[in-house]
Amino acid sequence: MRLKTFSMGGVHPEENKITADKATVVAALPKQAIFPLGQHIGAPAKPVVSRGDKVKVGTLIAEAGGFVSAPIHSSVSGTVVKVDSAIDATGYRHPAIYINVEGDEWEESIDRSDKLETLADHQELTPEEIVSRIKEAGVTGMGGAGFPTFIKLCPPPGAKAECVILNGVECEPYITSDYRLMMEHADEILVGLDLLMKAAKVERGYIGIEDNKPEAIALFEKKTAADPRVEIVALEKKYPQGGEKQLVDAVTGRQVPAPPAIPVNVGAIVQNVGTAYAVYQAVMKRKPLFERYTTVTGKKLCNPGNFLVRMGTPMRDLIEACGGMPEGENKVLAGGPMMGKSVVSTDVTVCKGTNSITILTDADAHRKPIQPCIRCAKCVSACPMGLEPYLLATLSSFKEWERLEAEQVTSCISCGSCQFTCPSHRPILDNILQGKGVVMGIIKSRNAKK
Amino acid sequence: MNFILIAVIVLGAIALVASVVLYAVSKKFAVKEDPRIGQVLEVLPGANCGGCGFAGCGGMADALVKGADLGSIDGLTCPVGGSAVMGQVADLLGMAVANADPMVAVVRCNGSCEHRPRTVVYDGMHTCQAVNCTCAGETDCGFGCLGCGDCVAACQFGAISMNSETGLPVVDEEKCTACGACAKACPRNIIELRKKGPKGRRVYVQCVNKDKGAVAKKACAAACIGCGKCQKVCRFEAITVENNVAYIDFNKCRLCTKCVDECPTGALVKINFPVRTPKPDAPAATATDKKEAEA
Repeated sequence: MRLKTFSMGGVHPEENKITADKATVVAALPKQAIFPLGQHIGAPAKPVVSRGDKVKVGTLIAEAGGFVSAPIHSSVSGTVVKVDSAIDATGYRHPAIYINVEGDEWEESIDRSDKLETLADHQELTPEEIVSRIKEAGVTGMGGAGFPTFIKLCPPPGAKAECVILNGVECEPYITSDYRLMMEHADEILVGLDLLMKAAKVERGYIGIEDNKPEAIALFEKKTAADPRVEIVALEKKYPQGGEKQLVDAVTGRQVPAPPAIPVNVGAIVQNVGTAYAVYQAVMKRKPLFERYTTVTGKKLCNPGNFLVRMGTPMRDLIEACGGMPEGENKVLAGGPMMGKSVVSTDVTVCKGTNSITILTDADAHRKPIQPCIRCAKCVSACPMGLEPYLLATLSSFKEWERLEAEQVTSCISCGSCQFTCPSHRPILDNILQGKGVVMGIIKSRNAKK
Repeated sequence: MNFILIAVIVLGAIALVASVVLYAVSKKFAVKEDPRIGQVLEVLPGANCGGCGFAGCGGMADALVKGADLGSIDGLTCPVGGSAVMGQVADLLGMAVANADPMVAVVRCNGSCEHRPRTVVYDGMHTCQAVNCTCAGETDCGFGCLGCGDCVAACQFGAISMNSETGLPVVDEEKCTACGACAKACPRNIIELRKKGPKGRRVYVQCVNKDKGAVAKKACAAACIGCGKCQKVCRFEAITVENNVAYIDFNKCRLCTKCVDECPTGALVKINFPVRTPKPDAPAATATDKKEAEA
């Protein structure tokens, strides 16, 4: 049988999943943890601690700063040194809380036992209570973008959720943190899916996994054999299958319309497997989101691996744990090589959305010289959103904002397939992103005027 | 022969009828344009740079004539032509013109390679706009010049060039018309239009870094650390320190240059002042004494 996949575009970058078989290691505690207040999409969190305060692991240090926002909890125990600013991946400074680590004392409310709590044992949990516990625990999307999870579970008026799709695709090259999580915590992920389905009041769940992870597919098929509500969907390996809209298309065959439509408009709620695991811990173990699975990888790295990292740990510590920075010119990415953002300093810390630290060395780290467009239209065939990347890039460089908007630049998911496939190494995505930023600004100010 | 004659007669007749129609239409539907607009347009430089705030010189001429009809052309100045052109325009329209101070574009960043070490290698699109969107740039300063020359590209008068040694743009005061195109092009608002000053003498803060002193200083040796020493020494209340960076109001500044001597990082600069021959000067001596005492 032909495997399912999304209907339009896509590319096949080299996988390079060199850490796939490496079991997760618990990373050492940092000396000082730094928590940026804006680690999710939406308003930055507001600090509720000040200098000199003692905190424990799991203590609330910043509350949600608006509706689209998420609280932040300390991942370490110790003393708050200062509420100041710290650089983010781009090098710009944003408010952050600094905590000096002393010992490892956890909040008593967190259940630290390994006992698996299933939904069958906790029938008293109402959907509202699940959502509020997810909200309190500060759970955000663990796939990279960091959208607060509870908002996805409350569909906007007019939309009705029909199914929850768990995203176990991990189509980005190099990254294996979701795969390791699926292999090591399958039961917890399935309980997390149960909770998400109950919270969204749906009776249908899917787990989408690409066929380059046959062991994960087999494991989940075995575990869900008795549950008729959950279906494991094996998907053909293709980038960017892990994109929300692509996954909805691949699994259900429904296409999400252009923005402002979101997947729930076609009845689907998409959550990462990592998010499902975090939901399980938040609801069943009352453990806020303060640690995550992260891959630290790179071809030249001595000892790449998968880590369970406390948030706020500097990337430098993790790279040291893998044998230190390789020789030569390195490019450090927060995320994978396709969508990851290059990081200006290894002082940047691991946040809720850091699914991987990828180190590209020497030739891989550099761009190839830009050559003229040969009108081959490879970018058009590769675009998973059915856009014309070459046109958007040109319009953007000519500052034709109106036409850019008419050509649906806001539909671009920044997957980078166009730039990856371009034989002339043109900076197509760079141009599009710049134009998209301007057009989004124009739309925002227009909506504000209304 | 006959054919030619017929053709000439027919075409001639068509031409006659058409010309009559055209004449009648042009008289009937004539758009009245103030002849002064054309005259003003001839006086304006015709650079269409947009420095006056209008799309081009045509729009400016239109506005000037309209303004004259309403009784005032205050607030309308052609930065390129300066007071000479505005004087001619005022004569044409029979108006008095306010004598605007000549302005010049000023680059408020001194983060040269020497002052501001490069910590990152940027390998993307080479425009300031692109760098500003993607990252803080090749240095630790998230406010300073990115050095890709968006301002150079924006200048229609060839008045800005990149200094390859410092990596910073340099404004040619002679050529600069203060149209403001560079200030608009700079994504970090480093370039500001300031009063040219008598004999071109100016004092300004050559930094826009809003980070706290220690952070700013670590990123760049010539950064303003917001210490406020200049503010204290200024007798004319021309200096304000906000968001860890000092700003000199050029309308209040009397060019005493006391602040420049006081600045511990050299973020304040004085331009076009004559180099003073060192001579025993009482106040200067006390200032150095103070510094020594502090040290």
